[in-house]
Amino acid sequence: MVSPILELTDINKSFGHVQANKNINLKINKGTIHGIIGENGAGKSTLMSIVFGLYQANSGSIKINGKEINLRSPRDSIINGIGMVHQHFMLVENFTVLENIILGFEGETVFGEKLQKAKEDLEKLCQTYNFNIDLDATISDLSVGFRQRVEILKSLYRGAEILILDEPTGVLTPQEVDELFKILRSLKDEGKTIVLITHKLIEIMDLTSEVSVMRQGEMVGHTKTEDTSKEQLAEMMVGRSVLLRVDKKDIKKGETIFKVNNLSVKDDLDVTRVKDVNLEICSGEILGIAGVTGNGQTELLEALSGIRKVESGSIELFGEKISDQNNFLNPRMLKEKGLAHVPEDRQRMGLISDFKAHENLIFGYHDQEPYSKSAILNNKEITEYSNKVMQEYDVRPNSPNLITSNFSGGNQQKIILSRELNENPKVLLVGQPTRGVDIGAIEFIHQRLIDMRDKGAAILLASVELDEILSLSDRIIVMFDGKIVGEKENKNVTDRELGLLMAGVA
Amino acid sequence: MSNIVVDKSKVPWWVSNVIVPLVNLTLALLVSGLFVFIAGENPIEAVKLIIYGSFGYIQGFAYTLYYTTNFIFTGLAFAVAFHCRLFNIGGEGQAYIGGLGVFLVAINLSFLPVPIVWLLAIFGAFLFGAAWAYIPAYLQSKRGSHVVITTIMFNFIASSLMIFLLVDVIRDTNQMAPHTVKLPEEIWLPSFEAFSGILGIKIRYSPLNLTFLLAIASLFFVWFLVWKTKWGYEMRAVGHNTQAAIYAGISPHKNIIIAMCISGGLAGLLGVNEILGVSHKIQAGFPAGYGFTGIAVALMGRNHPIGILPAAFLFGILYQGGSEVTFEMPNITRYMFVAVQGLIILFSGALENLFRPQIESFFVRRLNREVNA
Repeated sequence: MVSPILELTDINKSFGHVQANKNINLKINKGTIHGIIGENGAGKSTLMSIVFGLYQANSGSIKINGKEINLRSPRDSIINGIGMVHQHFMLVENFTVLENIILGFEGETVFGEKLQKAKEDLEKLCQTYNFNIDLDATISDLSVGFRQRVEILKSLYRGAEILILDEPTGVLTPQEVDELFKILRSLKDEGKTIVLITHKLIEIMDLTSEVSVMRQGEMVGHTKTEDTSKEQLAEMMVGRSVLLRVDKKDIKKGETIFKVNNLSVKDDLDVTRVKDVNLEICSGEILGIAGVTGNGQTELLEALSGIRKVESGSIELFGEKISDQNNFLNPRMLKEKGLAHVPEDRQRMGLISDFKAHENLIFGYHDQEPYSKSAILNNKEITEYSNKVMQEYDVRPNSPNLITSNFSGGNQQKIILSRELNENPKVLLVGQPTRGVDIGAIEFIHQRLIDMRDKGAAILLASVELDEILSLSDRIIVMFDGKIVGEKENKNVTDRELGLLMAGVA
Repeated sequence: MSNIVVDKSKVPWWVSNVIVPLVNLTLALLVSGLFVFIAGENPIEAVKLIIYGSFGYIQGFAYTLYYTTNFIFTGLAFAVAFHCRLFNIGGEGQAYIGGLGVFLVAINLSFLPVPIVWLLAIFGAFLFGAAWAYIPAYLQSKRGSHVVITTIMFNFIASSLMIFLLVDVIRDTNQMAPHTVKLPEEIWLPSFEAFSGILGIKIRYSPLNLTFLLAIASLFFVWFLVWKTKWGYEMRAVGHNTQAAIYAGISPHKNIIIAMCISGGLAGLLGVNEILGVSHKIQAGFPAGYGFTGIAVALMGRNHPIGILPAAFLFGILYQGGSEVTFEMPNITRYMFVAVQGLIILFSGALENLFRPQIESFFVRRLNREVNA
C-alpha cells in the first residue's frame, strides 16, 4: 500500500491549561480533498497550524510520504510542499499580485531575468487552473475572492503539494464559493492534495472524498464521504454527551417585553450578518439562540444591546421603539431602562483586564449612586459592594483589589454576571455565558440565569453549546447565515434536530 | 536569548515601580559617565559638581525647583493623555499657546484685584493650552488622524503662529527683539527671594516662584482626576479597551477630547511659571524643550503623580547641575547634557524592558524562597 502523503500520529498540543489537541491521528491520501470538520474551538485550526509549522506540537510525529519530518517554522513546511491559506489573508495590500507572490522568494537583488521568469511561470499556472488573475493588479483593488486566489497561487508557486484551506468560504459570496470549488477540483485532478477545514456540512458533502470529524480537541471519527450523510456528520460533530439538567420550574410566561421587527444588521466590514430577523421575548422566559459561531448571533446581540447600528427594521422594549435605522439608544440609556448584557467575548468587551476587580464590578454602572456622587467615585461604597457580590457569587480569590486578568476565566465571567444581574434587570441578553468556564462555575451560572427567569426577567441566551441551550431555554430559535431557520418549543427537541438546522441542512 | 516568563501577579509593586526604574537610571548615568570620561573629564568630579550645583547652595537649589516646576506640568500633561492611550507629543506647542493665554489675560485684566488676575491668568493658560490640544483630539476621535502626527505638526504651527504674533502683532514696539512688553510689576507672582526675605535669608535672584505650589497642586489634581473621579475612570477605560468602553456606554470620542484638553491645559500652565513668574513677558521660544522633556519625565514616573514628582526633580537636578558642570568643565558642553537626557529617555523609556524580566524573576524567586523557608 502506498503510504499517505501526510500522516499525523499522536499529536498533542496545549495552551496553558487548555488542551487544544489530544492524541490526534490523521492520514491524508495523495490526490484527495480531505475535509476536517468540527465546531468552533474543536481544535481544527490548531492542528493545521501545527502542520504548517506555526505551532510546535508538545508531542507526536508528522510524516510526509512516509518520512518523518520536523516542522519548526512555516518555511520548513513550504520546503516540504505544504501550503496554507489562512482565514485572514497574509497579503501586502499596496503590492501587486506578482510582488506578493514572490515576496521572500525574489531570488535576486535587482529585479530582472528572474522576475520575468517568475511571471511566465505564474501565467502558466494561472492557465492550467483557470485562475483568471491579472498579475499586475494591486491587491487593494481585488475582491475577497480574488485575494484568496492569490493566496492559493502563492502556495502553488512555492511548490505546495498539500494545500490547507482554513474556513475558506467564510468570507465569500455564494458565487465566489462556486468559483473556488471549481479551482479546488481542478487542483485535485492535477494530483494536488487539499485539506479543507470547515464547519459547514454542505461543503464537506459537495467537495470532499474523505472526512475527519473533531470535537473538543479530539478526533472522533474518519470516514469516506460517500459512506456518510449530513445527519450522521452533524451527530458526530455535536456529540451526544449527557445534558447538564438544571432544575427548572414550569414557565410562567408574562407579557411581551422585547420585540424585534424585520431586523437587518451589518458588521464592520459592511457585510449583512443579520437578515430580516423577527422575534419576541416575554417576561419569565428564556429564549435560546442556537447556531454555529459566525451566523449573525454576535451582531444580533450587539444591535439589541445598543452597541451596533441597525441597518433596517426596528427593536422595541416595553412597546417603545429603542432602535431603528435612524436612531438608537446607547448602552447606558438601555441600562437605565432595565436591560443588562453579558457579552459573548468577555476579554474584548465585557471587562477591562488591566482594571482591578472592583473597577470592573461597577463598569457601566460607575456613574450611578452609590458608586459615584457628583462625578467622584465613592471607594468605600465600591469596596463594600465588591466584597459583598464577590462573596455572593463565590468569585475566587475574593480580593477586589486584584487585577482582573489574574482571575481564571470562570471567575472573570462571574464578575461580569454579578455586575449585570445585581441590578435585577428586566431584560437580559447573554452571549456564551459559559465559554471557557469550568464545570463547577457552569452549574452556578446556569442556576443564576434560571433564578432570573423565575423572577420574571426576559432572557435571550445565545450559545454555541447545544447542551446549554437545551437545558436552559423555554423556546429555541436556530440561526443560520443571519436568518432564523427554525423555532421550536423546548419540548421533545433533540440535539440532532437542532444540529441539522444549525448546519443549514433541514 | 533566554525567554523569562514572570507571573505578574507575584511581582511586588516596589520591584516594578522602584527597583526597575532605579536600575535603568543607574545604567543611564553609568553610560553618561563614560561619555564624560571620553570627553576628557573626571566623571566623579562631574557628579560632585552636579550635586553641588543643584543642592549645594540655596540659590542653586531654588533653580532646581524652578526647573522641576516646569517638568511637573509637562510630565503630568503627557501622563493624563497617556491614561487614555494617547501619545500627546504636543506639550511644547500647548505650553507656548498657554503662555499667550496667560499674557493676554494678565495684560488686559490687570486692573482687577491681584489674586483674581492670577486666578484668571492660570485659567487662561489652561484654556489656551486645552484649546490647542482640542484640534488634534477632534481629528483623532472623528477622523482617525493619529494624535502623534498631528500634535507634532501642531508644535510647528504653534511656533510659527507665535513668531508671527511676536513680530507683527504683540511685539513691544519700542525695540526690535521678538518679545512683548513686560506685565505691570504688581501682578507678578511673588518670587522665592521675596519669601526668603521675610524669613531673613538674603539671596540673589532666583526664578523660583509661587507657581511651584501650583505644580504641587496639579499633582494632586491629576491623581484625584485619574483615580478618584468617574471621568478618570472612563478615560482609563477607553484607553485600556475601547470596545469594552463602548459596551458600557462610555463614549470614546468624548473621552479622547477630555483627556487631550486636560493634557493640553496642564502643559499650558508652564506659561504661568515662565510668564507670570519669571520673565513677565512672552519671549520667542520660551518653552525651550520642556514640553518634550516632559515625555521622558512621565515615562520615568510611570505616568503616576507619585512617580512624576521625583522624575521631574531628577530632571531639575540635571538641568541645574548640568549648567554648573558646563561652567566649570570646559570640555563638557551644554549638548552633553542633552545627550544625558537622551540616555535617560533611552534606558527608562525605550529599553524599559531590557532588564525588567530578569529583575522581576529574581525577586519573585527570592521572595518565594523566603515564603517556603
